[in-house]
Amino acid sequence: MELVVLLKQVPDTETAIQIGEDKTTVKTEDVKWVINPYDEFAVEEALRIKESQGAGKVTILTAGPERAVEAIRTALAMGADEGVLINDPALEGADGLGTARVLAAALKDIPYDVIIAGQRAVDDDGYLVPAAVAEFLDIPQVSMVFKQEISDGNIRCERTVEGGTVVIEAELPALFTTQRGLNEPRYASLPGIMKAKKKPLAKKTLADIGLDSSGVGPAAAKCRVRTLSFPPERAPGRIIEGETVEEVAGELVRLLREEAKVI
Amino acid sequence: MAKGVLVLAEQIDGSFRKIAYEVVSEGSRLADVLGEPLTAVVLGSGVERMAAELGKHGAEKILVGDDPALADYTTDIYTNVLCDIVKEKDPKILLLGASTQGKDLSARLAARLNAGLAMDCTALRVDGETLIATRPIFGGKVLADVAIEGTPQMAAIRPNVMEIIDAEKAADVESIPVNPGVGKTRVLEKKVEAAAQVDLTEADIVVSGGRGMAGPDFSVLEKLAQLLGGAVGASRSAVDEGWRPHSDQVGQTGKVVSPNLYIACGISGAIQHLAGMGSSKYVVAINKDAEAPIFKKADFGIVDDLFKVVPAITAEVEKLKG
Repeated sequence: MELVVLLKQVPDTETAIQIGEDKTTVKTEDVKWVINPYDEFAVEEALRIKESQGAGKVTILTAGPERAVEAIRTALAMGADEGVLINDPALEGADGLGTARVLAAALKDIPYDVIIAGQRAVDDDGYLVPAAVAEFLDIPQVSMVFKQEISDGNIRCERTVEGGTVVIEAELPALFTTQRGLNEPRYASLPGIMKAKKKPLAKKTLADIGLDSSGVGPAAAKCRVRTLSFPPERAPGRIIEGETVEEVAGELVRLLREEAKVI
Repeated sequence: MAKGVLVLAEQIDGSFRKIAYEVVSEGSRLADVLGEPLTAVVLGSGVERMAAELGKHGAEKILVGDDPALADYTTDIYTNVLCDIVKEKDPKILLLGASTQGKDLSARLAARLNAGLAMDCTALRVDGETLIATRPIFGGKVLADVAIEGTPQMAAIRPNVMEIIDAEKAADVESIPVNPGVGKTRVLEKKVEAAAQVDLTEADIVVSGGRGMAGPDFSVLEKLAQLLGGAVGASRSAVDEGWRPHSDQVGQTGKVVSPNLYIACGISGAIQHLAGMGSSKYVVAINKDAEAPIFKKADFGIVDDLFKVVPAITAEVEKLKG
């Protein structure tokens, strides 16, 4: 079973994001970089599938800057077998479709039965790249999966939808994206970290995967950031006090009804 | 020449989702700004008669693709059909709702059409001929204004944000033939209680519990939520403890919600949680700890034991509702 995980390195969610001088990018100094939390579920699930099948290979595929090697190494330390990083200066500023094209091109040289990706990256919240990769590869996708089972050349996925769940079956090869609750990602063990140093991690440029920057670089982007800003600060709130809890509750309900008009 | 605004009005099992009205309303507003026509699309099976309802929110022209293959949403078939419609109608702007279906479909469609897509937008405007979308990133810590290029300019709008307009239009409903094609996915089972519960992402009111709940018994919150017609959410702490399901988690790595009212009970206010509910219109925080960061993001705060306060609030609301 050939498993590929699409992995992105993102700022840790503890980070207080700061907007750069140009107002179109965020500052990356002093950022702690981690594997996108939803991609951790993807790595873990790939490892579990490999373990349950008794054989197979888990390849981590990332399009990103040099520092993303750290994230790939962490995934290798968890137990993945190989990593591939597509790193090219021409990719800086690429949009979601551009990134997806790069990943799809890289996947021409990587065998896959199942591709697993995080449902979204918690930095750009785009939800776009995995679906676009599936489209470019002409394979089926199922998003927001919290449970899956592979048998007879199909994958049976349970996904969350508003008000419930849906069970979808897809023919392999297929791509699915992860939802919270899919699994509990394992920590990399010390032996795992040591082994990871020796696992193959290939670094490729656009030329290595048969692409030039046209069609994938920032010039090809269909979505351009004009400005970044912070959401408006909430006006300072007030603490409601009173003699009794009934008084306080009564005042709150009055305020919500008469002032806020939300109930 | 690309012209007009095309919107997909999402339906499930013969009822429109609230997001459908929001998408049609927003589409209508943009169409007016552009001075160009609005077309709403309804896809499903046995959905012809429901389509005209969209006229109430500004849709003058409604296309209905009715086919058994469209009964349940699957990515392949819906992308095939919608792609055909878009290629034929050549709209300038294409809107979908950023529901779970919409996020899945809009992404696949954008790739197929090689179109720019702004996902999960909270505001849209037109600058000349360019669609500018405001979308939260980093779980809502930052807002990005993005310009979409090419055609169609695609945006998936966040549920529960855009205003639903009342603009009674006489809707011209047209049945169109569809070519579903062959899909590589099929729906085996659906366990959706559509009427039973409001999804967190669509709720107008959310009552949420954190570590202060001290256990899986969220009944005080459920009672209040039910009375207010809202949904119950949870912080990551509560979910990690196993007190609530993952699908209840509000936060940067969970669900991002935008209700009119968010009542945070026993939630300290970690940066990731604040990112997930920060765009709520009004926030009430109830916590024993006066220093809890949540109070800085709340419009109204009560420093007291939630197990005393929440039932008292419930009692007051009950009085209100007579």
